[in-house]
Amino acid sequence: MREAAVEVKDVVVRYGGVVAVDGVSLTVPRGSILALLGNNGAGKTSLLQVCEGFRGPDAGSARVLGLDPVADHDELMPRLGIMLQSGGVYPWATAGEILRLFASFAANPLDTDMLLDRLGLRKFAKTTFRRLSGGEQQRLSLALALVGRPELVFLDEPTAGMDVGARQTTWELVENLRADGVSVLLTTHLLDEAESLADHVVIMDAGVVAATGTPAELTAAAGIDLLRVRADPGLAVAELAARVGAKVTESTPGEYEIAGALDTAAIAAALGWFAAEGAQVTAVDTRRRTLEDVYLALTAGAAR
Amino acid sequence: MSSSAGTFTPAPGRAPMRTVLLRQIRMELVLTARRGEAVVLAMGVPLLVLLGAGLTRATNLPTDDRLGYVVPGVLALTVMSTAFTGQAITTGYERGYGVLKRLGASPLTRPGLLLAKTVAILCLVGLQLVALAVVGVIAGWRPELAQLPAALAVTVLATAAYCGLALLIASVLRPETTTAAATLIYVLMLAAGGIMFAAPDLGAAGHFLLPLAAHAEALRAALTDGAAVPASAWLSLTVWAAASLTAAVRWFRWE
Repeated sequence: MREAAVEVKDVVVRYGGVVAVDGVSLTVPRGSILALLGNNGAGKTSLLQVCEGFRGPDAGSARVLGLDPVADHDELMPRLGIMLQSGGVYPWATAGEILRLFASFAANPLDTDMLLDRLGLRKFAKTTFRRLSGGEQQRLSLALALVGRPELVFLDEPTAGMDVGARQTTWELVENLRADGVSVLLTTHLLDEAESLADHVVIMDAGVVAATGTPAELTAAAGIDLLRVRADPGLAVAELAARVGAKVTESTPGEYEIAGALDTAAIAAALGWFAAEGAQVTAVDTRRRTLEDVYLALTAGAAR
Repeated sequence: MSSSAGTFTPAPGRAPMRTVLLRQIRMELVLTARRGEAVVLAMGVPLLVLLGAGLTRATNLPTDDRLGYVVPGVLALTVMSTAFTGQAITTGYERGYGVLKRLGASPLTRPGLLLAKTVAILCLVGLQLVALAVVGVIAGWRPELAQLPAALAVTVLATAAYCGLALLIASVLRPETTTAAATLIYVLMLAAGGIMFAAPDLGAAGHFLLPLAAHAEALRAALTDGAAVPASAWLSLTVWAAASLTAAVRWFRWE
């Protein structure tokens, strides 16, 4: 069994007196996508910097493809694809030049024209980096990360500054990477990005792991949080509220909303109450909690 | 689970290090040639000084052999403008733009990037010196070639000293401040370094204060007089090179 793509244990990162990462552990299995989700300042990029070997952890350990990212930096680099949050390219080099330069560093590079096509950058091949828009610069950075056919890519906010179309293209590309066996560790503050792409989500808040799991696990644990029932108007909602232990409102006559963390028993009890009241139930609808609800609940303290 | 023939199927590896370095050196040279102000600084100013001070009586020189005095000085000035001023400005901005960080985290690696930069600077310095020497000869300069190896050796020492200083100030100052400081030092050295006017007579101490003056005088001794390079010039440039490279290694910052 090969080692995990990334294995981080109890990593601490300090900047002066400020603790940016405070004892984070995570594992990226081979061939999977892990999303580090969190607000700005949650410590995502600091953790990524440790994995990329730009700095060592102040405590704890990081192994990347079985190697030490700082001590084995030169051996590790050809196997990694790194996409920085911004910059990293000569402003006066053209997109084509810089991509061909990075391709020339690799033993088995991807075809640069194919990559430019895939990322919608073909028409910018002769455009200097500084004349590209933010989203185009991001796509070029992604191309630079991929051109050497790495085993593992680190993507720091890969779709920041991209328009909807480019974001969709990028998501498809990242899914292609997984399908072809590339491991991916990405940071994002976009919930839909984490939910739709990631096999595993690690929610970071103020330097610590607030929650971890697959997107389905994270939302399933939260369960159903709203039950809407249409029935006869004017029922005694206070009685129902006491029975299921949830907040109940009759928003418009005959439309009841039961809000709270509702398990199956609570839903059964609520519907049983309508039956016991002799009310005619004509519609039932539930809303499952989304990753967004989970995320907001977890990071409520820091968000504001 | 993983398909064997996917577009992105991992096949990592570094190209032969020679290829990696050559491509990076080429990129450094192409980008330098693309920046107009770098070309002017590298060739325009030295040419102007060479022709202006060498062929006219615009400045007072301590000798009647104007070209014999000015051309070696201009060669020394060119080494400084490329290895120190140009290099400091470029490196400062590359650090600011995250280029050093990104290239250091590529198969090129950090030592590879520094090596490529050094070779690119040596190529540039070599090309410029040949071009300026040819202009000097056309203008009437008649160099002595017996001491050429010594002239080349002090030039390599001076280049190393300037490179170390350039990387040092690009690391400790912000890019804008680096540009201002490197340009100011260039202008001060141009004025006080004994290039187009006589340097202030500080004796041997001048060699240690002003590496440009030491280099210029070494080149004048070797190429114009065909004499041995003064010991104080050797010593000064060796000390400058050792100190600046040590400091650069100690304080160099990638981001």
